[in-house]
Amino acid sequence: MIGKLLCLVLLLPAQALAQGFAGLGTDAEGFAVPTPNPAFDFPQDHAAHPDYRIEWWYLTANLTGPDGTAYGVQWTLFRSALAPETRGGWADPQVWFAHAAVTTPDQHLVAERIARGGVGQAGVTSQPFEAWIDDWQMAGSSFDDLTLTARGNAFAYDLELAANGPLVFHGDNGFSVKSAQGQASYYYSQPYYEVSGTLTLPQGDVPVTGAAWLDREWSSQPLADTQSGWDWFSLSFDTGDKLMGFLLREDEGASFSSATWIEADGTTTSYADGAFAAQPLEWSEVAGRDVPSRWAVQLPDKGINVTVDVLNPKAWMALSIPYWEGPVTVQGSHTGRGYLEMTGYE
Amino acid sequence: MTLTALTALLSHWRCNGLQFFAMVAGLALATALWSGVQAINSEARASYDAAAATLGEGQFDQLLPRSGDRIDQSTYIALRRAGLQISPVIEGRLRTEEGGIRLVGLDPLTAPGTIAPVGMQEDANLDDFLIRGVLFAAPDVAVALDGAVSQRIITDPSVAPGVALTDIGVAQALLDADNQLSRLIIATAQPMGLPDLGTVAPDLIRQPAQDAGADRLTDSFHLNLTAFGFLSFAVGIFIVHGTISLAFEQRRSMVRTLRALGVPLTTLIGLMISELIVFAVLAGGIGVALGYVIAAVLLPNVAATLQGLYGASVSGTLQLRPEWWVSGMAIAVLGTGFAASGALWKIAKMPLLASARPRAWAVASGETARRLGLVAVTLFLVGGGIAIWGQGLTLAFVLLACLLIGAALILPLLLRSAVTLADSRARSAMWQWFWADTRQQVPGMSLALMALLLATAANVGVSTMVSSFRVTFVDFLDQRLAPELFIRIEDPSQSPYVEAILLSEAQDVLPLLSAETEIAGVPTELFGVRVGPTYRENWLFLDETEDVWDRVETGSAAVVSEQFARRAGLWIEDPVIVAPGLTLPIAAIVADYGNPLGQALISEPLFRSLYPDIQPLSFGVRTSDPTALRNTLTDAHGLPESAITDQSRIKAFSLGVFERTFTVTGALNVLTLAVAAFAILMSLLTLASIRVPQLAPAWALGLTRRTLGQLELLRAVVLAMVTTVLAIPLGLMLAWVLLSYVNVEAFGWKLPLYLFPSHYALLTLFALLAAALAALWPAIRLARTPPSDLLKVFANDR
Repeated sequence: MIGKLLCLVLLLPAQALAQGFAGLGTDAEGFAVPTPNPAFDFPQDHAAHPDYRIEWWYLTANLTGPDGTAYGVQWTLFRSALAPETRGGWADPQVWFAHAAVTTPDQHLVAERIARGGVGQAGVTSQPFEAWIDDWQMAGSSFDDLTLTARGNAFAYDLELAANGPLVFHGDNGFSVKSAQGQASYYYSQPYYEVSGTLTLPQGDVPVTGAAWLDREWSSQPLADTQSGWDWFSLSFDTGDKLMGFLLREDEGASFSSATWIEADGTTTSYADGAFAAQPLEWSEVAGRDVPSRWAVQLPDKGINVTVDVLNPKAWMALSIPYWEGPVTVQGSHTGRGYLEMTGYE
Repeated sequence: MTLTALTALLSHWRCNGLQFFAMVAGLALATALWSGVQAINSEARASYDAAAATLGEGQFDQLLPRSGDRIDQSTYIALRRAGLQISPVIEGRLRTEEGGIRLVGLDPLTAPGTIAPVGMQEDANLDDFLIRGVLFAAPDVAVALDGAVSQRIITDPSVAPGVALTDIGVAQALLDADNQLSRLIIATAQPMGLPDLGTVAPDLIRQPAQDAGADRLTDSFHLNLTAFGFLSFAVGIFIVHGTISLAFEQRRSMVRTLRALGVPLTTLIGLMISELIVFAVLAGGIGVALGYVIAAVLLPNVAATLQGLYGASVSGTLQLRPEWWVSGMAIAVLGTGFAASGALWKIAKMPLLASARPRAWAVASGETARRLGLVAVTLFLVGGGIAIWGQGLTLAFVLLACLLIGAALILPLLLRSAVTLADSRARSAMWQWFWADTRQQVPGMSLALMALLLATAANVGVSTMVSSFRVTFVDFLDQRLAPELFIRIEDPSQSPYVEAILLSEAQDVLPLLSAETEIAGVPTELFGVRVGPTYRENWLFLDETEDVWDRVETGSAAVVSEQFARRAGLWIEDPVIVAPGLTLPIAAIVADYGNPLGQALISEPLFRSLYPDIQPLSFGVRTSDPTALRNTLTDAHGLPESAITDQSRIKAFSLGVFERTFTVTGALNVLTLAVAAFAILMSLLTLASIRVPQLAPAWALGLTRRTLGQLELLRAVVLAMVTTVLAIPLGLMLAWVLLSYVNVEAFGWKLPLYLFPSHYALLTLFALLAAALAALWPAIRLARTPPSDLLKVFANDR
């Protein structure tokens, strides 16, 4: 019976099949909808927006061990509201779930947690900042100074994050358009975290240092019904410049692209559909399907023409909502590293 | 040329529509049977899983309050925030006009289990369950709940009896227990590097998972059902084999002519193989669809259950899954290949200008029967060798195969012998002719009769196995679940207090003292029991001495489990050192399916003298009204709900699940017999047209057509009778091999074999009826053969 009740939880992936990836194409009935020219209010906006359907705190980190080995770390907290409100206790319609992963060149360890709001098992507060689910947490005195922890059956990590740059707003001052029909989200990032800490792997503890990129996004209907998945790149070049670009794939082979060019000092240039381009060059089989493992990425306006290679093609997030997420390296007109997320590959 | 040759080959089927029908229908039925058994097997699996889930409510370790019966919700949150993967449960009694109902609230987001995708329907969603509130309950509970709660009630027969399940928040509200929990389920997999449980939750006590004793028992049942699935298919293959052999024999002359005209042998064989593959795929497709229909008819409750759960039609177990299609198709194609390989081989070896000799198979002499008999005897010898010296599951299945194939192959010889015996006793010319003619028919019908033999044997075997399993399981349940309520406490210091309460309220209290020890080198649970009528009346032994319980009660003997006895190499009356300085003879051996530990039982006073510090933590309670007593214990005496198990309801529920499986098995029996009857009908119809030349002289000598028809019917019944009589011992041997050989190899213990003679008699009657029905139409056709046809025989006489 427990199994049957659990099936109810699968509302999320079940909708993923029917209505775009992970139910993100559903109707925004009753929920607030992002509007242009947002005025953010920090630190309150670092916390949850329960009147919007979905929201995430999405951190990815490119790390290096003492022997030069590259590692990737992911920590993501999702909020998915069943109704646009909060209620006390178990009746709270805010469902929280989280994914954590560590990627090495030959291993990909993942874990997930799921919880209801209202009883204290998961949530986000703004001051001091704390985003948590069970014992996983991203917390600190301010958004610029965080401790990040997560733990699975075969891995754990404990990292210190210190921001050395400003927040970056995507699209039109944080209003990020996601389709030609006008679906949009609020979207900002903190791509300037310096990281140090420890990964606990099956082989033992590994001290690591590196850089992390945190995405904050919330919306009620960010995808069009016809959009089946996306390819999202966050690339940090050795020049100090950064590039966030994504491709939303349409059902009929068309796609919608968007990008933000971030200069070393935090100055941004936003690009509308068509400026950013990415084509898969090689595919690898993972979890019984083919997923790109090498991309050609261009942003001609900034002279970007690079090849993006994944560190470990097996970085499949085999969770209740499955997708691919892992660290990448960049070669070509620019060099660097970054993170890649690919969803909707059936 | 290829096309022309193909057209020529196919023309055979156009001229012999009945044969074509027999082949396709036979193959389709065989595949249908296979698919049907698959479905039934999966239903049985699901049913047992439901039963096992109820039997072993504590399949996970749990955290319980050290004192009282509630845990504060903040403790749960603290433990989650310390990283423990636990899930909260609240339970309590919900008052309705029909009496109390046990309400269990769970958190579906954290409850341990496998998260697997299912199709969700638009009107069932998480919001409904988590917020608006939905209660799941078995039908009788659902009725009682109606009107008592405002939430939507969904009927689901798989919910344990007397229980309603709902979301934790809804349950807390209904039970008026905000921020209160009863227990915490501990997930099997926990993250690395967790803090020690004792430090983070000093007020909680960990209760280990309870072993569901029925698991291993049902595993063995599944294995046996699978074996019978193959057997059912073998019955079908015999039919296909018969039809294909006949068709190929009849086409020998055509093959010769085609080859003489210049068609290469390889082309011809290739064409025939492609033709067969097409037929196999066609028949396989029909078969799988038919199997689906069978399953849908037999298992309406599967769909109903899912419908109840989601409030809309859901394709659950009864999906036409790809593996069904593929396995059904593969079985059809492979079966055809197996059935046709011999015939194709003969065609390939046939000299180009050999005489076509059609119908050679029908006039096969006693020589063939003797040769087959020799092969059969060899197989029996091999089987016997395996039974005596062989070991391992594979060999056990080889033994089964030897037994089955051997029995089928020896059948023609036995039939011939039986008919010869009857012939020698015949007094009149007519009966002598009848028996001689019957002997002549044996080869032609032998394949159909082999199918009947296997079908009947399978039925005898299935009934014996299933019924033996039921008797064993019911005994096991009676023995283990005899007390209506079972109380389990965690704190030894409460034991005398709980016992006093129970003694004041119940008819009879059976404290169970236990200690883990090692006896005769075997890790063993030693039990101290209060011998009384419950033990005397309900316990059955595998082997026993006189006055078992009297001897145990006076402390002069012990009872041990089968596992212990086998591992220690001891049996009844052997002395066993129970504890230092205490040696007792074994008074009886008791079955204890699937328990990895050995068990030994001694009397309560003796146990207390050995272990004065151990207090009973479990009590069996006898009562005529378990529900009332349960309410009294929880309401008046404050015993926690989770400490009380209502065994009488568990037993009733488990037996209900079994009954469902037995109904389905019964339907399977009817189906196998129908397939065998179809085989008989087809071979008789095929023979009928060929037999006119043999019957015409008998008619000319004065036997009326009506008499000839009656004799035909009689012949079929006689042959079927001999076959069925042979099938009963074969079926029993099958069941014996499965229960005492395959089971021992697979699980390490025997299931006892019980005999059900009235059942076999009924089965024989059905088999005869099936044969008679199958022979009826050919017999009527014969009785109505126009005299001109019979006369023509003489006109064409050479």
